[in-house]
Amino acid sequence: MDKKEKKNIEKDEEINVEEKTNPEEIEQDRKIVVPGEVIESGSDFLPGEGTRREGKEIVSMRFGLLDMNDKLIKVIPLSGAYVPRPGNVVIGHVYDMTFNGWLIDIASPFNSFLSAMEVGRFVNKNDLSETLNFRDIVVAKIKDIKSRGIDLTMRERGLKRLEGGMLIRINSAKVPRVIGKAGSMVSMLKQETGTNIIVGQNGIIWIGAEDVENELLAKKAIEFIANKPFIHGLTELVKKFLEDEKKKMKITIKPIGPTTEEN
Amino acid sequence: MTPKTTKRPDGRANDELREMKAKTGIVKNADGSAMFSFGNTVAIAAVYGPRKLLPQHLQNPEKGKLRCYYDLASFSVTERKKPGPSRRSSEISFVTGKALEPVIRLDNYPNTVIDVYILVLQADASTRCAGINAAAMALANAGIPMDEMVTSVSIGKMGDIIVADLTKEEEDFTIEKNGKEEKAATDIPIAVLSRSKKISLLQLDGKCTKEDVKEAVQLAKKVSSKINQVQMEALKKVK
Repeated sequence: MDKKEKKNIEKDEEINVEEKTNPEEIEQDRKIVVPGEVIESGSDFLPGEGTRREGKEIVSMRFGLLDMNDKLIKVIPLSGAYVPRPGNVVIGHVYDMTFNGWLIDIASPFNSFLSAMEVGRFVNKNDLSETLNFRDIVVAKIKDIKSRGIDLTMRERGLKRLEGGMLIRINSAKVPRVIGKAGSMVSMLKQETGTNIIVGQNGIIWIGAEDVENELLAKKAIEFIANKPFIHGLTELVKKFLEDEKKKMKITIKPIGPTTEEN
Repeated sequence: MTPKTTKRPDGRANDELREMKAKTGIVKNADGSAMFSFGNTVAIAAVYGPRKLLPQHLQNPEKGKLRCYYDLASFSVTERKKPGPSRRSSEISFVTGKALEPVIRLDNYPNTVIDVYILVLQADASTRCAGINAAAMALANAGIPMDEMVTSVSIGKMGDIIVADLTKEEEDFTIEKNGKEEKAATDIPIAVLSRSKKISLLQLDGKCTKEDVKEAVQLAKKVSSKINQVQMEALKKVK
């Protein structure tokens, strides 16, 4: 795929590419551990996220999948509320306005603030609702996490106010599976369903297409992924699922053309 | 030493627990949930959070808060229980919170609250213990960082024997003394942390000696690994 073509297909690609640092594809043969369970003993391994060292043993502190990479032991959570991290791209809605910015609900327990300075274009300070109004949906990036809350930014490519489309919500622990290795799953979904998909790390997913049927198809596929987390070769399975669904719904997908949105 | 004469009504060995059942992910809208049962005692627990703690003045910027709510369903006991909090249920809610708090890493979630709702669907004694077991599983299921699991069992003294996991019948055990019926059962609910075997809950209702309590604690530690086994198996059974 050459550069130009890539640009045409998906402007939001950049958002999903940076996700690859954290998620990996999760396989069935990985062991599930529970809090207090001894994972490994001896000093050959280092305790990573979700684990702790207790004497000679490395003990799990979370319920999740065991990930042993080289000598680092991590536990990848399988469930639970979204815990924000700097650099995460999230989707949320405006629920309050202050004199210099907006409060965004990103489905996390902490206040998240989007400053008017961080929108990346002109903002009329006398009337912030001209830029973003209550219930407007935005894609934003977590800039910083402080004790009083989260600071968001929209000063990057692909971060914008969302118009149209539909939002669905899945568990944030299942986001890596929807994105797939280096965004493989999400780009496949976009191609096969003819939709635009933006996946927020907080588990909120935006699907946009010209046709509602396409959006519904993508929604079904994402729910399918979220409910079947452990299967190896999930991408192939989803492809098959989509083919079956397409036959059932009797829709044909035309390849997506250049996106009409500005910004 | 006189031979111990009392026999358990259901013929269990003194350290034998009732059949335990456990399941996770039973409440769809909760962040984590679990069911735990000892024989006829069935408790379900649902965990919500960490979520924002409101009103704001209750927030603690150093660490999160754990709130527990325990209640019996009105149909869980033979005589209909009036729904809503009572003296008894608010006490149990409090001690359940205290039993679970030591294992939860609340400092990871400042200004937030984790709500644990425990509902007893069927009561046949040891409801608070079943509730704690279910709550510990639900917390793990909700992905909350915990040092270890919490297991809980009620140990009792029935006549002259120390037994594990009392039923209602055993809790109401009486002996005849001078032609009068006298209550001869003691109930000691104990919560044991699964790994360090520390005690996070110890209550006592009835009469017993210092030695009896020591023996009860030993027995609770012994059976705790069996309960933990059931909890672990249920948690690992993910669809």
